[in-house]
Amino acid sequence: MNSDLFMDTNKIINVKNLIKKFGDFIAVDDISFSVDKGEIFAFLGPNGAGKSTTIKMLTTLLTSNSGDIKINGHNPAIEPDLVRRMFGIVFQDTSLDDELTAWENMEFHGVLYDVPKKLRRERIESLMQFVELWDRKDSLVKEFSGGMKRRLEIARGLLHHPKIIFLDEPTLGLDPQTRNHMWEYLKDLNKKEGTTIFFTTHYMEEADRIADKIAIIDHGKIIASGTSAELKKDTKTESLEDAFLSLTGNVIREESATSVDHMRTNRRMWRK
Amino acid sequence: MKIYILWLRQIKRYLRSKSRILGSLAQPLLFLLAMGYGFGSVFQKAGQGNYINFLAPGIIGMSIIFTSVFTGIEIIWDRQFGFLKEMMVAPMSRLNIMIGRTMGGATVATMQGIIVLMLSMLFGFHPYSFIGVLLTIPVMFLVALLFTALGTMIASLLDDMQGFQLIMNFLIMPLFFLSGALFPLEGLPKVMSIITKLDPLSYGVDAFRYLLINSSHYDIGLDIAVLSIITGFFLLLGGYFFKKIQI
Ligand SMILES: Nc1ncnc2c1ncn2[C@@H]1O[C@H](COP(=O)(O)OP(=O)(O)OP(=O)(O)O)[C@@H](O)[C@H]1O
Ligand SMILES: [Mg+2]
Repeated sequence: MNSDLFMDTNKIINVKNLIKKFGDFIAVDDISFSVDKGEIFAFLGPNGAGKSTTIKMLTTLLTSNSGDIKINGHNPAIEPDLVRRMFGIVFQDTSLDDELTAWENMEFHGVLYDVPKKLRRERIESLMQFVELWDRKDSLVKEFSGGMKRRLEIARGLLHHPKIIFLDEPTLGLDPQTRNHMWEYLKDLNKKEGTTIFFTTHYMEEADRIADKIAIIDHGKIIASGTSAELKKDTKTESLEDAFLSLTGNVIREESATSVDHMRTNRRMWRK
Repeated sequence: MKIYILWLRQIKRYLRSKSRILGSLAQPLLFLLAMGYGFGSVFQKAGQGNYINFLAPGIIGMSIIFTSVFTGIEIIWDRQFGFLKEMMVAPMSRLNIMIGRTMGGATVATMQGIIVLMLSMLFGFHPYSFIGVLLTIPVMFLVALLFTALGTMIASLLDDMQGFQLIMNFLIMPLFFLSGALFPLEGLPKVMSIITKLDPLSYGVDAFRYLLINSSHYDIGLDIAVLSIITGFFLLLGGYFFKKIQI
């Protein structure tokens, strides 16, 4: 990758040689990738691959050990306040205030993100209708079920319309209705406002259906990227799930996981 | 507006947890009654006057220091329950987040202080003047601000609740007991006298005594100056550590 490409203004997220260590453990190991403006980008990988850690670095929550990140041309470590203005995020684990009501959680978010009052109130109502929590708007969040919290979290993430939305396993624990609903809404937002969407998921069919581009990370390294069709073609597989398994290895993780071919042979053997 | 909503959140959380309000009133009341009535006659015989009157401002200081450090330290809960992330990625400077939270915590602690003041009046505390009582409120807020900022600062440095008990036992308890909240600062042994001078709470309690019972050890001007400077310092330092939080 040359430096001209790195300056490309069409790239809203540009990551170069990013490394994050926790003590001796390397969680993110020298990754480089970029996301185009208006793209729907899926960041896939097995548990512990380094997806959330990467998202945290992109969203100013963690600093990296080395490497360069540009979010719309700005480095989150150097200009955090500016970068925070550009994205919205739905975290993998809960980030609601249990002691506040559902509505208060929404309102709090809307105020923090400068959504003007009238628009804010309208959107809060329509989004809460959308996730079917409007009739529970005055309940404290601690009285909600896991799925209800998740739905509220999604609704909250959509309250302001940022340039980029990060979704870290947004659909985890959601029923299929809500899941489809949510993706329709996001696709619509992507089309109408050109919002860039960066998401992780363990549901491969979801990534296959939604994402324009996919990157697969394993053991902190990006091991493949491209469109779903490209990944399938490269791995000679029929579904994205098979492509994912063939790239990241099935069941057993060997230390020499770099040998993709070896893994592929294993996989073929199992199939027969 | 953003600072206001952060402030409002703290107030709402406080008003909703009735058990917390009651719990944090029980301790000061116990001290006031047990010590006030227990040591009252000894104190009187020593020619120091009415012990309840002397003690009440100290007990107000006590309720404020405990409540404010606690609300500051609540950040650890926010971190554990994930809400801290929501605040930390919001398009708002971390200094402002810290200010909003600290203001909220300090308001809560001040309310707690006012309740203790009123309760102690029920149990025989006689403030010197009504104006004095009114003027005590902003000073309560200043003291509350100081210790909320301290709590925030500590919480920014701790990852989990493990350290909390340690802080309570080795920092907050000594700060309270060595502040002159329970005993007069006059005629203390040299070392003790130096220690009390280093304890910010002793200036707070002294200011309360000045305003509530018209008796003080230091000068009220000095009290306010010391409290303001230390508050400013803790706010800056707290803001600095808060900025450094990684999740
Ligand atoms: N604060 C931390 N301290 C130490 N190790 C950490 C920390 N956060 C993450 N890790 C480690 O870094 C690795 C990557 O974690 P990360 O959360 O990024 O994985 P992930 O790809 O999001 O996985 P999942 O699909 O399970 O969410 C894991 O091995 C994890 O144990
Ligand atoms: Mg994760």
